[in-house]
Amino acid sequence: MTRTAITATAASILALGLAFGPAPALAAKTSASIGMQLEPPNLDPTGGAAAAIDEVVYANVFEGLTRFGADGSILPALAESWEISEDGLTYTFKLRTGVTFHDGSGFDAEDVKFSLDRARADESTNAQKALFADIASVEVVDPATIKVTLSQPNGSFLFNMAWGDAVIVAPETAADNAAKPVGTGPFTFAEWVKGDRVDLARNPAYWGEPVKLETVTFKFISDPTAAFAAMMAGDLDAYPAFPAPENLVQFEADPRFAVIIGSSEGETILAMNNKKAPLDNILVRQAITHAIDRQAIIDGAMFGYGTPIGTHFAPHNPAYLDLTAQSAYDPEKSKALLEEAGVSDLTLSLKLPPPSYARRGGEIIAAQLREVGIDTEITNVEWAQWLEDVFKGKNFDLTVISHTEPMDIGIYGRDDYYFQYADPDFQAIMADLANASDPDKRTELMQAAQQKIADDYVNAYLFQLPRTGVADAKLKGLWPNSPTQANDMTGVYWEE
Amino acid sequence: MTAYLLRRFLSLSLSLVAASLVIFLVMEVVPGDPASFMLGINADPGALAALRLQMGLDEPLPLRYITWVAGLLQGDFGVSYTYRVPVSELISERVMISLPLTLYALALSTLIAFPAGIIAAARRNSAADLSVMGATQLGVAIPNFWFAMILVLIFAINLRWFSAGGFPGWDAGFGPALKALTLPAIALALPQASILARVMRSSLIDTLDEDFMRTARAKGLSRSQALWRHALRNALIPVLTIIGLQFSFLLAGGIIIENVFYLPGLGRLVFQAITQRDLIVVRSVVILLVFAVIVVTFLVDLAYAAADPRLRRQRR
Repeated sequence: MTRTAITATAASILALGLAFGPAPALAAKTSASIGMQLEPPNLDPTGGAAAAIDEVVYANVFEGLTRFGADGSILPALAESWEISEDGLTYTFKLRTGVTFHDGSGFDAEDVKFSLDRARADESTNAQKALFADIASVEVVDPATIKVTLSQPNGSFLFNMAWGDAVIVAPETAADNAAKPVGTGPFTFAEWVKGDRVDLARNPAYWGEPVKLETVTFKFISDPTAAFAAMMAGDLDAYPAFPAPENLVQFEADPRFAVIIGSSEGETILAMNNKKAPLDNILVRQAITHAIDRQAIIDGAMFGYGTPIGTHFAPHNPAYLDLTAQSAYDPEKSKALLEEAGVSDLTLSLKLPPPSYARRGGEIIAAQLREVGIDTEITNVEWAQWLEDVFKGKNFDLTVISHTEPMDIGIYGRDDYYFQYADPDFQAIMADLANASDPDKRTELMQAAQQKIADDYVNAYLFQLPRTGVADAKLKGLWPNSPTQANDMTGVYWEE
Repeated sequence: MTAYLLRRFLSLSLSLVAASLVIFLVMEVVPGDPASFMLGINADPGALAALRLQMGLDEPLPLRYITWVAGLLQGDFGVSYTYRVPVSELISERVMISLPLTLYALALSTLIAFPAGIIAAARRNSAADLSVMGATQLGVAIPNFWFAMILVLIFAINLRWFSAGGFPGWDAGFGPALKALTLPAIALALPQASILARVMRSSLIDTLDEDFMRTARAKGLSRSQALWRHALRNALIPVLTIIGLQFSFLLAGGIIIENVFYLPGLGRLVFQAITQRDLIVVRSVVILLVFAVIVVTFLVDLAYAAADPRLRRQRR
């Protein structure tokens, strides 16, 4: 009796296994499922800073007046063309016609006015409100023309309008975009199974060239081991920002996959609290930068992926200055500087947020600092804790963090920013930059800014965060770099 | 019985009030501001203030507690800070995965444990007993997340019979949904089955040694007849206790397995909500789990009474 029960159980389990056997191979693939580590908290890019929001909807569901291309250049999007007045204060955008929102309503200049006014309003919760700060007025000239007047010239205005936070939304649907995004992009929002995935479908009424994929699924798999298994099992077609660089070797060895290494906008830094003794002493900060061996951190924490940087600027940007030599690894110099500063028996707190670059990199940094006689107290913190304690409370000496927004050197001019630099000379460079529209002049100022923060040893600049992705070898058209936080699926297709 | 039920109900309510207070205060003490989490490190201070106002984060503490409890009593769990949808909606979506997974795992665990435990007890020290004991020893020792990864390696990566994880949703049909839950359920069930089988065995052995079993045999029942008719029912009390505990454990504790298989269940909801400081969601899910555990304990008490008439009489 009992034996039969066991046999029956075993048989039914086996049968279950057989019934769930492999699915028949599909015909020509027109769908792609893309893995992401974090789930977006909502799908409204104008109401939150989470990178995951833009990674789902940017360029896919929502479009702005301008947009980022794969190489970081600024391309026309909903604005077909534009004219800038002599004084750099008036931008007249010629809008595309025949564009409709996903709910069927038409797009015109009124929508642009609504979106820009909403983003810069007092009660706006747009995380990047600063992008709109220079707008003095937005005027509808005719349904296909909009005139934006600035209060002061801003050389990066077109760049600002390409951000995910500056996308154009419709007044009727703006309030519901968090759960049901309605944009003008080539994909429409289909479904969001919270905690699992977001499905997008091809927009048949798209104004531009129709996309090749019929459906795109973004799946949220945070655990690196699970992400690896999902790729290996074929559940995912691509994982553009794969969380575990240690697994990339295995993918490289497998002909089914292509490993895509690109660069991101993430300057990874060892941030220092510039107002807290003894870090208020430039000699101590300089000593710390010389104690750090960037390549050892890249090899140890990033498995060799990553470009060393010597200032807060992306190396792929044409205006980048390579200043790594100025803060080259030199433990002897570091010790001498500490002696000159009269500092001994130094113990500093080092707070590490969750990403592996910070946790692993932090351990290596601690070991390197010990070599020059600086002890560290490492505390691992969660993101929310980091924001509260380090970012808001400025209760830290050192922390490792990657600043992933594009062109964010301006944070060094902010009053009361967490590393507490806010040097007036630097702020003056930033003010000049905002007023400059001549490309050569802008490059010169951007380089001056890079040099200034390197000379002041504000932070120790470690490396540019790589974008390490993996994809099915037949899936083409994914962005190798991430000039902004996005998974632009518009050019993605399956190779026959 | 009525007085007993009333007493139980009163203690149940007191536990809930105490739990709600503890949960609320703990979440207040934890550092981290949900608004700054949402807007990130480039956030504009004005936007942050506007969002805090919108989320009601600047209201005084007691007022927020009362608002929350009053809402709970009316079945209103509030609106999630991050997802911006009603928490009840989020929970009901997740329960539709966590509850079936728990029941699936519990069913598997019972299906494996009962026969194994009974055989081991009935043929004590036989080869069957030794192999059951050996296997369950292993089953208790193996961490379930490790076992889960091995299952993924074999059945998803090598054999490709299953997906490595994820859940297609019940809309995709009963078969695919059940299939997606199969590996996680097995991973969850194995350690539980091992524990249960061992408890079943020792409890049954204890019962088989009792005087009434000798009497039953003396009346002319065969060994197996005596076992099925008399011993099993009496041996069930400790087994039921374990099943009750396991249910609560599986419902609340599937979090690691949910992460390994990236299932959008309750455990992952809480985990995600804690890191995002979505306090409303954390509070509501935790109070709901507390409620579920209390209710299950109560049901197990009732089941005792059904299994053992002596308990029924005492309680009257």
